[in-house]
Amino acid sequence: MSVMKKILSTVAIATTFMAGAAQADDVRIALVVKALGIGFFEAAAKGAEEAANELGGVEIIYTGPTSTTAEGQIEVINALIAQRVDAIAISANDTDALVPALKKAMDRGITVISWDSGVAPEGRSLHLNPSSNALIGNMIIKLAADHLPDGGDVAVLSATTTSTNQNIWIEEMNKVMGNYSGINVVGTVYGDDLADKSYREANGLMQTYPDLKAIIAPTSVGIVAAAQAVADAGKIGEINVTGLGLPSEMAGAIDSGASKSFAIWNPIDLGYSAAMLAYNLSQGNATAEPGAEIPMGRMGNLTLDDNNEGAMADPFVYDASNIEQFKSIF
Amino acid sequence: MIRNFLISREAILLLVILVLVGIISTRFPGFIVPANLANVFNDTSPLIILALGQMVVIVTRCIDLSVAANLALTGMVVAMINTMAPDLPIVVILMVAMVFGAVLGAVNGILVWKFEIPPIVVTLGTMTIFRGLIFLISDGKWINAHEMSPNFTAFPRAQILGLPVLSWIAIGAVVIFFILITRTALGRAFFAVGGNPHAAVYTGINVGRTRFFAFVLSGALAGLTGYLWVARYAVAYVDIAGGFELEVVAACVIGGVSIAGGIGSVGGALLGALFLGVVKNALPVVNISPFWQLAISGSAIIIAIAMNARANRRKGRFILKQAEQST
Repeated sequence: MSVMKKILSTVAIATTFMAGAAQADDVRIALVVKALGIGFFEAAAKGAEEAANELGGVEIIYTGPTSTTAEGQIEVINALIAQRVDAIAISANDTDALVPALKKAMDRGITVISWDSGVAPEGRSLHLNPSSNALIGNMIIKLAADHLPDGGDVAVLSATTTSTNQNIWIEEMNKVMGNYSGINVVGTVYGDDLADKSYREANGLMQTYPDLKAIIAPTSVGIVAAAQAVADAGKIGEINVTGLGLPSEMAGAIDSGASKSFAIWNPIDLGYSAAMLAYNLSQGNATAEPGAEIPMGRMGNLTLDDNNEGAMADPFVYDASNIEQFKSIF
Repeated sequence: MIRNFLISREAILLLVILVLVGIISTRFPGFIVPANLANVFNDTSPLIILALGQMVVIVTRCIDLSVAANLALTGMVVAMINTMAPDLPIVVILMVAMVFGAVLGAVNGILVWKFEIPPIVVTLGTMTIFRGLIFLISDGKWINAHEMSPNFTAFPRAQILGLPVLSWIAIGAVVIFFILITRTALGRAFFAVGGNPHAAVYTGINVGRTRFFAFVLSGALAGLTGYLWVARYAVAYVDIAGGFELEVVAACVIGGVSIAGGIGSVGGALLGALFLGVVKNALPVVNISPFWQLAISGSAIIIAIAMNARANRRKGRFILKQAEQST
């Protein structure tokens, strides 16, 4: 009997939802991703749903091609234009190829923003970056400092000597070094984003600096290799490996204790913010122009720069408390 | 015999390595500690194993550029098998790795033997194909430490008599190859084929088949290293060991294996790999700018090749002694 009741109530709820979704005055926001079936984007869709529930009267259409191609996304965009959605928030497979299709959407009055992976400025009203170089640079040193209350020697294990991203992050890190007293960056080595070279360089660091307390690796290959090297050298607990990595790749290192925490963007927050921004722009609550501050719910405001780009937040910190939840996501 | 050894390539290389270790230890005393030297040897083990296979291939006047891609593909395959069947004994994993690697090597061998395509073209092609296959079977995803079973990753680092299993496998491979090269008909056939293919045919050696076996050997070793590599670094993805094939060829060349075929030795390949291993492990601890590191590795290779060229230059033969005297 109770089962029957449950089914009936479920059906009832489902009908209400469908009725709600079918209402014409709902704001329909399409979240277009690089490809369907990728954990990172599924998590972003979850965040967008969260925003929709918070706002009320919003329907999220989570869609994308089956493989990461620009052609596939163009088809999806054309279909969305035909459906007359209110807003499109896209993570693009190509910076330029999508511009004509997105322009067409904007001509029909659809709000277009890009997030995660951007499109050229003429194809969108704003772009949401997960974070900024300055925030990342600050975060990687903060991660090391948080576990070193008494200060100590830390070293950086980067990708290649010519990796633009890593070099900018390290530069930004050096700018804010003064805020972390007692933290002493003793050297920067390059693992070339190869597991074996990174492993060897991490070993070299441990030998060269016997008092080393932390290795900061702002690269996903480097951080995994350094964690393995620290574990193999029996220095878990003495040396903390931190930096930027993916939860699925770092779960082992968090379990073993070689890494206490690391950071990367949070896809749920990203999807949430993208949906909030798309909603506010499409409803005329804000306009996308350089210097504008656009609210994105619990994530605060997005400040736009001259290219109409903005950074969402600090990279999100992952540690033993949340790794289980995120390791299956991305 | 002793005098021959003293002026041999191997002796010179051994001396160079010892001098190098000596110089490094003046800048970083911790380098010469036995435990560290054991670490260096262990770190060089994959290179040693691959250099042995490559040496045999190069001796037969071929080259195998697909070893690193073979390593990566086999590594991914065994890692995937491990995630699907975590309880499979390591012995089975080792067998699968070697057989799978040997099959990939056999593909190279067949193309070189039956279709008579130049080995450099064949292995350049299979190198890309193997890397592509990894992407296909893995969808570009990584297999990470927490997805592998503890046995799988623990095997290469298990200690026996103070050395990790990885090092023992390299030592075992050196011994087996030494016997194969110096004590078997196949070993002699490799040199005959590389030294003079036409003469080899007249002695009843099937040149193509000998080369085929060289590729199979190289492939089997690459497959074995694939498992060891993935287990050691506890991660498998498309790009592992990217560019490693060039390091393997460099180890052979430094070890005095002639690219023109017919010349080479197990000791040479071992020492060539050790030389590169010492350089690679020393550079991070002696505080040399990373920009110089590449230049130093490159110079070592060029110097070795220059020495090879000098040593292997054939002296002109006088066919008409009298004519030469009369001028």
